[in-house]
Amino acid sequence: MAKVPVQFTLNGSEKAEFIDSGTTLLHALRDKIGDTSPKGGCHQGTCGACSVIIDGELRLSCLTLAETCNGAAISTTSGLSEGGVLHPLQRAFLDTFATQCGFCTPGMIMAAKMLLDHTPNPSRDEVVEALSGNICRCTGYEPIIQAVLTAARSNSQNAA
Amino acid sequence: MELRKSYFADVRKDDLHEIGQPRPRSDSPGHVTGKTAFFADRNFPGTLHLKMVRSPHHHARIRSIDTSEAERHPGVVKVLTAKDVPHNVYTILILIQIGPEDETVLADGKVRWKGEPVVAVLAETERAAQEAAAKVKIDYEVLPAVFDMEEALKPGAPLVNEYHGQNYYLYDSGECRKVRFGDVEAGFASADHVLEQSYQSSPIEHAPTETTGCVVAPEGNDRFTCYTNTQAMFFTLDNASIILQMPGNKLHFVGGTVGGGFGGKVDVIVEPIAILGAKLTGRPVSFIYSREEEMQISSPRAAEKVVIKDGVMKDGRIVARKVTGYTDAGAYSRHSPYGAQKGAGHYPGPYTIPNVWIDTYCVYTNRTPSSAMRGFGVTIGDFALEVQMDKLARLIGMDPLEFRFINAYRDGDMKAHRQPTEGAALIECMQEASRAANWPVAEKFMAMSSYVKGA
Amino acid sequence: MALALQTFATVKDANTALKSQGSRYLGGGTLVVRAANEGDVSVSSLVRSTDPALSSIAVTDGKVRIGASVTMAAIARHPDLSSLARAARAVGGPAVRNMATVGGNLFAPAPYGDFAVALLALDATVSTDDGEAPIETFLTGRDSNRAIVTTVGFVLPPQGDFRFLKVSRVKPKGVSVLSIAAVLELAGDGTVSAARIALGCMADRPTRARAAEKALIGRRLTKDGIAPALAAAGEGTSPITDPIASAWYRAEVLPVHLGRLLLT
Ligand SMILES: Cc1cc2nc3c(=O)[nH]c(=O)nc-3n(C[C@H](O)[C@H](O)[C@H](O)COP(=O)(O)OP(=O)(O)OC[C@H]3O[C@@H](n4cnc5c(N)ncnc54)[C@H](O)[C@@H]3O)c2cc1C
Ligand code: FES
Ligand code: FES
Repeated sequence: MAKVPVQFTLNGSEKAEFIDSGTTLLHALRDKIGDTSPKGGCHQGTCGACSVIIDGELRLSCLTLAETCNGAAISTTSGLSEGGVLHPLQRAFLDTFATQCGFCTPGMIMAAKMLLDHTPNPSRDEVVEALSGNICRCTGYEPIIQAVLTAARSNSQNAA
Repeated sequence: MELRKSYFADVRKDDLHEIGQPRPRSDSPGHVTGKTAFFADRNFPGTLHLKMVRSPHHHARIRSIDTSEAERHPGVVKVLTAKDVPHNVYTILILIQIGPEDETVLADGKVRWKGEPVVAVLAETERAAQEAAAKVKIDYEVLPAVFDMEEALKPGAPLVNEYHGQNYYLYDSGECRKVRFGDVEAGFASADHVLEQSYQSSPIEHAPTETTGCVVAPEGNDRFTCYTNTQAMFFTLDNASIILQMPGNKLHFVGGTVGGGFGGKVDVIVEPIAILGAKLTGRPVSFIYSREEEMQISSPRAAEKVVIKDGVMKDGRIVARKVTGYTDAGAYSRHSPYGAQKGAGHYPGPYTIPNVWIDTYCVYTNRTPSSAMRGFGVTIGDFALEVQMDKLARLIGMDPLEFRFINAYRDGDMKAHRQPTEGAALIECMQEASRAANWPVAEKFMAMSSYVKGA
Repeated sequence: MALALQTFATVKDANTALKSQGSRYLGGGTLVVRAANEGDVSVSSLVRSTDPALSSIAVTDGKVRIGASVTMAAIARHPDLSSLARAARAVGGPAVRNMATVGGNLFAPAPYGDFAVALLALDATVSTDDGEAPIETFLTGRDSNRAIVTTVGFVLPPQGDFRFLKVSRVKPKGVSVLSIAAVLELAGDGTVSAARIALGCMADRPTRARAAEKALIGRRLTKDGIAPALAAAGEGTSPITDPIASAWYRAEVLPVHLGRLLLT
């Protein structure tokens, strides 16, 4: 089977691997590179658990071929906390009980981060829209929406 | 959160320090950092991928299976059929003596539902397993199928499951679970009104965000570690031990982290065949349901039909209740005989009724086997009972909440299955609901108590 | 055969590669990679072209050319295409929109293809290296199409003439029960002088509601004025049945939603 090289940065650090052509980014990250924070809930694009940020855009890693990411900058939830200090979104998900089984959480946090990066003070509707590609079967969406709004507030307080 | 301490104040020591307080969950930090290890996050070099060839028919005899082309497909390491499974016919509740064994790990001679596993393919990659699965040739003779419970119970209906010999589960009480209390016909005769209604539900899929699966790693000493998202660890271990005819101490189950279960991950489905694959190949094996398999193959909540006949007096007392419940087990028992039995125990609901008659049937059809889901055996029954309660209240022109106060069970009342009521709190719940929903009821109901006689 | 990806700088080379058995063009991959993940082993080679022209949007004198690799997100945020933003935002959730391309949407089977419905109402042309075709011709023959779509082109209607509605059960993101796009020109007296109405989910691919279009000419956009058009809305349609809705339901609610679109 033809192996192809892929090279990109993952949460700021350089990664290079040989993978089978046609491998999805989700499999490359999880099985080759060892970042299991993106989850595979459907491999169809419907659940959002595999959401990652590629070059500043939210993408579904299950539908993205790893080879198409050469030279890209990829971020995942595992790279969010720095020096053991939780990102405001992670803190807020903890504090508002926005995670139950936790399977959807890394994808939710990526989608929420994408929103807050562009819209630091989102309305509730904007939060709902930003999370609309992510499914949670346990928590109920309300605590998750509240977590994102809480994180936005704590960001703006820190900035002030 | 507010904890109302006025309820039951004189029968309870006021020493609750944790309840009513928000406490951080111990697993949340792992969840928000992506560090929580779900079963599929375990990664072993050389893992084989298992794909299942499934029946495209609801009911068919298998004339022949030809796996030769699949076995030759590049990347394929092993192809398993029924003859490879040491104890192929099993039933999960055998652990608590609820038999007979009625389900095949891999179909042997016959398939009884569309999606039933027939052949397991183990290959180096998922793709190779999928391609090889497409090359397995199975010759079927399609048989008539039955999908409706009442049709299945009629004489002459196609026999779904030969291990039962009839299309219902045979309890020690006969063709159904029975509760008999008082004289229900005399109750109907004395009632001001009699209302009979039937209620039906469809199968419901749990749709957990993480699909069912496991990863099995051989330890090199005849022991196998199975990383699984089962909701029933030891139950699964014991059943795997029976199916594989392998002592339990050879099996090491690691789990407890479940990406949503809701009852859908209590069947023993993926682990035994994955362990067998690991045993026969000496390689780690991963068997993870696709989203489509999760939705179509994993057991749903059973479809149910509930027929309720009530006799009610103008003053609001229910004097007789007759319930016939049907639980659609699909082709195999799994947890459904227990679900149907739970239904019998649960009717006639949280009400004190002097004359009760209950029959609950566990019925076999050629549908996807159903199993546990959040309050199975009870949830659909509660829907039916409470809709019936509203209809009865309307029939006699009474407020539906007051109607429930009149019939609510209270401590000391004898329940239909002859357990005296203890620790009831229905009255108090309804009082609180009346306040919270701003749905006032007469003062006398607000003065009632579940446990003070005469109040 | 394992799945493999071939990348070419030019459309020409990619077109050549597409001639071999088992190959398929890769746009954003939201349908084609999904099918491979789900066990569709009929495709063994994915082909793509990184030609930058495929990713460009050009708007000159009201004429629009959109490259086939342009994503729904890029259309939704383009300042000159604000009237189409609603149709682009109708596709999937945020992550899907960052991947889903215009080219792929032209091939998406119902209940997908919401943006293609908009393009049909806009009377777009679809270009390949072999030439240009009206979108209707293209959609009819798309199953046998082997050539890479390079661009779609259309004339931007005056502000307010283009209307779009997607009906779904889950909000804000959900698969279509149906979608409707319309380009309506009004005469000075407020009567409809020209109408193009396109429907999604009312067949396996986007279709025109010709009878409804005809019934609108010379009528006002009032409850009574549009009544004949609503009565004719379902003519010639054969709605799909899927887990979202039955054909019967789609046919039943089409006039209701068309009415809402025309009266807003
Ligand atoms: C979760 C989810 C939700 C979705 N919701 C919607 C929705 O609401 N509305 C909707 O319309 N769609 C929806 N889709 C479907 C799909 O995302 C879109 O239709 C999208 O526009 C398809 O484009 P793509 O680039 O991803 O196509 P691809 O998957 O790359 O390709 C699809 C097909 O088109 C062919 N193709 C693609 N580009 C070209 C080209 N330039 N030339 C020739 N052939 C080409 C491919 O060979 C393939 O056969 C959804 C998909 C998912 C996974
Ligand atoms: S795994 Fe990618 S969206 Fe579900
Ligand atoms: S917390 Fe379980 S799916 Fe969201």
